[in-house]
Amino acid sequence: MSRDAGRLSLILLFAPFALWIGLLIILPQIGIGYISLREKVGINEYEFGFKNYADFAQAAVYRNTLFRTAWISILVTMLALVLGFPISYYIAKIARERSRAALFLMCLIPLWVSDLVRAYGWIVLLRETGVVSTALVSMGVINEPIEMLYNDVTVIIGLVYTVILFMIVPLVSTMQGMDDSLLEAGFNLGGSRLTVFRRIVVPYAMPGIVAGCIIVFMITAGSYLTPVLLGGKNSSWFTEQIYNQFITRYNWEAGATFGVLLLLFTSLVVWLGLRLTGQSLATTVAKDT
Amino acid sequence: MQGSNHLLWIYRVYVGLFFLYLVAPLLAAGAFAFNDSTFPSLPWRGFTLDWFISDTEPKLGLLNDEPLLRGMWNSFYIGMIVAALSVAAGTCNAFLFVRKDFPFKSAFYVLMVVPLVIPGVILGISILVLASMIANFADSQFGLFMTWLRPGVPLIVLGQFSFLTTITSLVIAARLQKFDISLEEAALNLGASRLRVLTTVTLPFLFPALFSAFIVAFLVSFENFNTTLMLVGSDAPLTITMYDRMVKVGSTPVLNAVSVVLMVGSGLLALLSVVAQRSPKPD
Amino acid sequence: MNDLSCVGVTKKFGDFTAVRNVSLEVPPGSFFSILGPSGCGKTTLMRMIAGFETPSAGDIRIKGESVINLAPNKRNVKMVFQHLALFPMMNVGENIAYGLRCQGEQKSEIPEKVRKVLDRVGLPGVEDKRIEQLSGGQKQRIAIARCMVLQPDVLLLDEPLGALDLKLREHMKIELKQLQERFETTFLYITHDQSEALVMSDQVAVMNAGGFEQIGSPRALYDDPVSGFVAGFVGDANVLPGTIDEVRGGEARVILDGGGAVLARLADDSNTGDRVEIFVRPEALRIGGDNGSGSLWGKVDSLLFNGAASRILVRLDTGQLVEVADGDQASEVSAHDAVTVSWQPDRSRIFVRRPGA
Repeated sequence: MSRDAGRLSLILLFAPFALWIGLLIILPQIGIGYISLREKVGINEYEFGFKNYADFAQAAVYRNTLFRTAWISILVTMLALVLGFPISYYIAKIARERSRAALFLMCLIPLWVSDLVRAYGWIVLLRETGVVSTALVSMGVINEPIEMLYNDVTVIIGLVYTVILFMIVPLVSTMQGMDDSLLEAGFNLGGSRLTVFRRIVVPYAMPGIVAGCIIVFMITAGSYLTPVLLGGKNSSWFTEQIYNQFITRYNWEAGATFGVLLLLFTSLVVWLGLRLTGQSLATTVAKDT
Repeated sequence: MQGSNHLLWIYRVYVGLFFLYLVAPLLAAGAFAFNDSTFPSLPWRGFTLDWFISDTEPKLGLLNDEPLLRGMWNSFYIGMIVAALSVAAGTCNAFLFVRKDFPFKSAFYVLMVVPLVIPGVILGISILVLASMIANFADSQFGLFMTWLRPGVPLIVLGQFSFLTTITSLVIAARLQKFDISLEEAALNLGASRLRVLTTVTLPFLFPALFSAFIVAFLVSFENFNTTLMLVGSDAPLTITMYDRMVKVGSTPVLNAVSVVLMVGSGLLALLSVVAQRSPKPD
Repeated sequence: MNDLSCVGVTKKFGDFTAVRNVSLEVPPGSFFSILGPSGCGKTTLMRMIAGFETPSAGDIRIKGESVINLAPNKRNVKMVFQHLALFPMMNVGENIAYGLRCQGEQKSEIPEKVRKVLDRVGLPGVEDKRIEQLSGGQKQRIAIARCMVLQPDVLLLDEPLGALDLKLREHMKIELKQLQERFETTFLYITHDQSEALVMSDQVAVMNAGGFEQIGSPRALYDDPVSGFVAGFVGDANVLPGTIDEVRGGEARVILDGGGAVLARLADDSNTGDRVEIFVRPEALRIGGDNGSGSLWGKVDSLLFNGAASRILVRLDTGQLVEVADGDQASEVSAHDAVTVSWQPDRSRIFVRRPGA
């Protein structure tokens, strides 16, 4: 009697889950896969094949955009790790109890503010008529206003800014769990600062590092506002291509193809990353606040 | 622990610089909302609230800027709807994974987390494509005009819902894990029906998580851009409106005013959600 | 008619049998305990009575009526959980009123009932306090009050004293007994602590590996255990392993494993040549003299002072350490003295060796 009730409640609980994942995640991905294989040969006439993919592979501009997006994303991920790790370590280990919560909260604030506001802030700072430029001119350091936007360095700075907190948060949570006595034992047994770092801190923090890198990479590769607004016409970012194909050119087939490629590419990198470090999605990304 | 004081101070300076880096663009965006100049830059021409309240061109304040206000309202009500839906769905998912056992459970759990790993752009285009295919099919076969499947608010809601549900599910499930099941058994033992147990014992316990999840979902929805961009129709949320302004029309510091409102609003809500989760935990 | 009876109750989880053909009758108004080590099945049995598990076989009857098919929220047996399960999101008054509300009591009558039951447990006026503000002992009493306000046929208590410290536990044992008499309700109490069971109960069932070994009054279990398990589990006992050499009527001569021969009383159907254990309580042992059992030589190992529970530890020549009660602390031996230890045969018991002993 209660077994039937149990089964009924299982079905009732499973239904929203199934509808959500099925209709909003799985089916749509199949949908773009399907469209990407489609080619318009006439009015309401379609042929199926890999032509779109072939077009992509042959068009240098698209290929290059994908590679550029890829290497910048990897670079940004590395930078976020290198720059963010010391900060996380400081917050988790060195800061005092009270300042820790405050610092952590301060880290969260830019996270809560929209991408748009952050990008806008950088524009206000760095454009030719922006704060930094006019300040430098008025201080006599340079003679003319200088355009600091619209180049790779700025895009990278902006991207690192956007994602570094997604690196810091998992690192802080992982390292907060680390017992101080592990470090003390390391020093006590004769380790130098470098040894203790390499042999004790880094391996312990590995799940946090992997989680951070995966999240950061995904967000960077999938970004739109920061590279487009800070990079201008030369930005050449893959997500922008998708947008162009869909909205500007109304070429849904090509757009879907690019979408599938981006999805495959990012999934491949994520999968590799998880594989190489022996983690799984459940143990890294799902350890949210 | 680091030994030399020297190194510690360099470290501290680095951390200090980092936080400066964090705050700089936000300050830039915010500060110039109060600058009495039609251009969001130096030199500083004096403090003013015009960018919020003035109603004369060219200095149209935020409160008089129709499209921006409409954008805010759209973002607000879309956020409310999406947050409510995703908290409801998230609660079901939490109970599903924490309380029930079924075949392939761990595979389904991975599926639940997957939406966070798909770029927002892809979520947007995939839903757009599917919805259009269905709408076209309905139109060509049955002559049905399903306007709600065309770019517009319903699609935006669906698009944001698709990944927000993962977040709410994780937040609520984390709290449900901590629930002592003997409380439910005690309630049953005292004569409560299963429904009563749910409403008087379990849900009140979950409430801080539900509240927190709602706020997080609302915030993320409000500031979402990538997915929304693909699904937007004629009613644009604030982020899209602001983007249009930035890129196409020349921008005035009214955008800075918007930034200030967004920053203050998200800051307060974020604080609220953190405080709600920290409320005294029962043993 | 008995308030609670179990008839041949069995519970299997897959291949594992947790409860094996258990039958018990609990007379109305009595304090009945089930005593057993962890994993013996007592919690499973209690959960079946409450309705959270269904028996694989057998019947459970409350006041004569079978309740097997009743859902747990429809049975009139109320349970005090091991960690009390007081609702943290409600105050004391709301906790106690919970069951009344579920029953659909008149809103106007509830506060009065709550007040009355709080008086009866000796905590008047605490309705508005939050659960976190209460002490361990107070929480116990509120948990009981929450159940008693519903006037159950039987109150189930699942090792409720485990989380309390020693002094409070001793105090609560007496309190619980008094509460039971005051409410005149049948209590079914499960525990692994034999001193709790002995002090509070009218009847105790000793449970081991899913089945009852013996049911009886505390005195009967202490003086006349029916198996080695009960003899070793209830009260303290020195256990001397050996083999039966000769049987004489109700007594037997046993050659101990470490050497030496003694007389003891047979308590089951062990026979010549069987490997057995002799159980002797510390208070039945005497230093010096021969009580007719044959005596054993040894050296005093140490003197343990514990007020009335003081003991003298003697290392026998067989190598074994035995405890001799020294409640008066009047003994004049000291460490390293050579002594003899003896007992009256009929204050000992011989049982077949327990598995694993």
